[in-house]
Amino acid sequence: MKTLLTTLTGLAAIAILAFTSPTQAQQPQIDAATVDRYVASLWAKIPEDWKQRNTQDETQKICSVTNNQPTDAQAKAITARELAAVKFPADGKMIGDWKKGQQVAQRGSGGQFSDQADTYRGGNCYACHQLSRQELSYGTLGPSLLEYGKMKDFKPEEAKAAFAKIYNAQSQLACSTMPRFGHTGFLTEEQIKDAVAYLFDKDSPVNK
Amino acid sequence: MKGWIAATAMVLTFAVGASAQNAQIDSEKEIERYRAMINDPMANPGYLAVDRGEQLWSLARGTKNVSLETCDLGEGPGKLEGAYAKLPRYFADSDRVMDLEQRLLWCMDKVQGLDTKDVVARRFGAPGRESDMEGLVAFIANKSNGMKYEPQLSHPKEKEMLAAGEALFVRRAGQLDFSCSTCHAVPGARIRLQGLPDFSKPTKDARETMGSWPTYRVSQSQTRTMQHRLWDCYRQMRHPVPEYASDGITALSVYMAKMAEGGEINVPSIKR
Repeated sequence: MKTLLTTLTGLAAIAILAFTSPTQAQQPQIDAATVDRYVASLWAKIPEDWKQRNTQDETQKICSVTNNQPTDAQAKAITARELAAVKFPADGKMIGDWKKGQQVAQRGSGGQFSDQADTYRGGNCYACHQLSRQELSYGTLGPSLLEYGKMKDFKPEEAKAAFAKIYNAQSQLACSTMPRFGHTGFLTEEQIKDAVAYLFDKDSPVNK
Repeated sequence: MKGWIAATAMVLTFAVGASAQNAQIDSEKEIERYRAMINDPMANPGYLAVDRGEQLWSLARGTKNVSLETCDLGEGPGKLEGAYAKLPRYFADSDRVMDLEQRLLWCMDKVQGLDTKDVVARRFGAPGRESDMEGLVAFIANKSNGMKYEPQLSHPKEKEMLAAGEALFVRRAGQLDFSCSTCHAVPGARIRLQGLPDFSKPTKDARETMGSWPTYRVSQSQTRTMQHRLWDCYRQMRHPVPEYASDGITALSVYMAKMAEGGEINVPSIKR
């Protein structure tokens, strides 16, 4: 029992560590103009569309200079701004097709400089999250989402929250390390609905 | 009764958690065994790159038709032993902090009078296209085997590079908001089944990683340098192509060498 308790405590500690944003690196002691000079050297010869794609927005700037540790005021401003930018489906339906959602969760292609413009873009959820029991190749940067829908009692408001989270993770947690998939246009609204279905459909392997 | 059920459920949940953890430890042991198996210097094709680098180092070329043998990599003209362990570093003749790739390109230009355009075009080897740079870096880095990373940080420009490298490490950008630290600042984390070295502070991960690059990548059939690994990281981060031998890459290299301080070099290694 004692061993079990120790394991239990250990696992809880791992879980807490895993969900906390990285705090290890010190905040860099360097002025923004100098950093910009180095950034410019990295991307000196890239095409215009890539330049635009790689220009930081306000949220990225704050999360970078604070190493994902914004002040309370900064965090509030970020979540307010990002939540306001979430575009929910016009028909109010958050849940799409879980089978297509599985593709979104499995595939990690698209958006790389080695990809074509029309390469399928995947959400690559499995890179960071455990989702179903069958898939053993999952990452641990994010929390396990096993039985996610079941855990949330398949409540419609939870599905809506999941849509918002995938669309823009920072609408719920400032400087979350999870990508803002809908906000940046990386995934389509339909793909996000399908991913929500993968989490919330009772037939999805996530809830088996 | 209800409490008892909850307690049992909890115990079961964590028992399952513990067995999943054991399975993970087992698979990590297997991966470690595989690594040891392929890490045999006699069978490591990375040493072909070392040999090629040695030939290129003494090959006379450029408008001056001389070899690189008078090139100063920081320890004195032509002195290779231990040079890699102290790079990147400040060079008074160029008044810049340079990593090995930048320094080699500088020497090709200044010492040999070689037009480096073709060398840069072949910076990463591919089938039917050998890379001079990957050969030279493997050859020179190999001359620091058994030595430890000694980051040079006495000059103000070296200090600036370290701070810039740290800022770049945590800089989030692009369509997926990724920075290097998204993946490389969480101890023990993995992406899919791939372990991720933690570079957010001085770690064993950082020392082992930096101590084993350049490396022969079995999956690519090429000897790769850290420049290529960073290029690949930026690709996966959905950032644009990083400029080869740029100050940004050198700044990151200074930061990574600092996190790996004291790490023993044994290269070229062999990796998946």
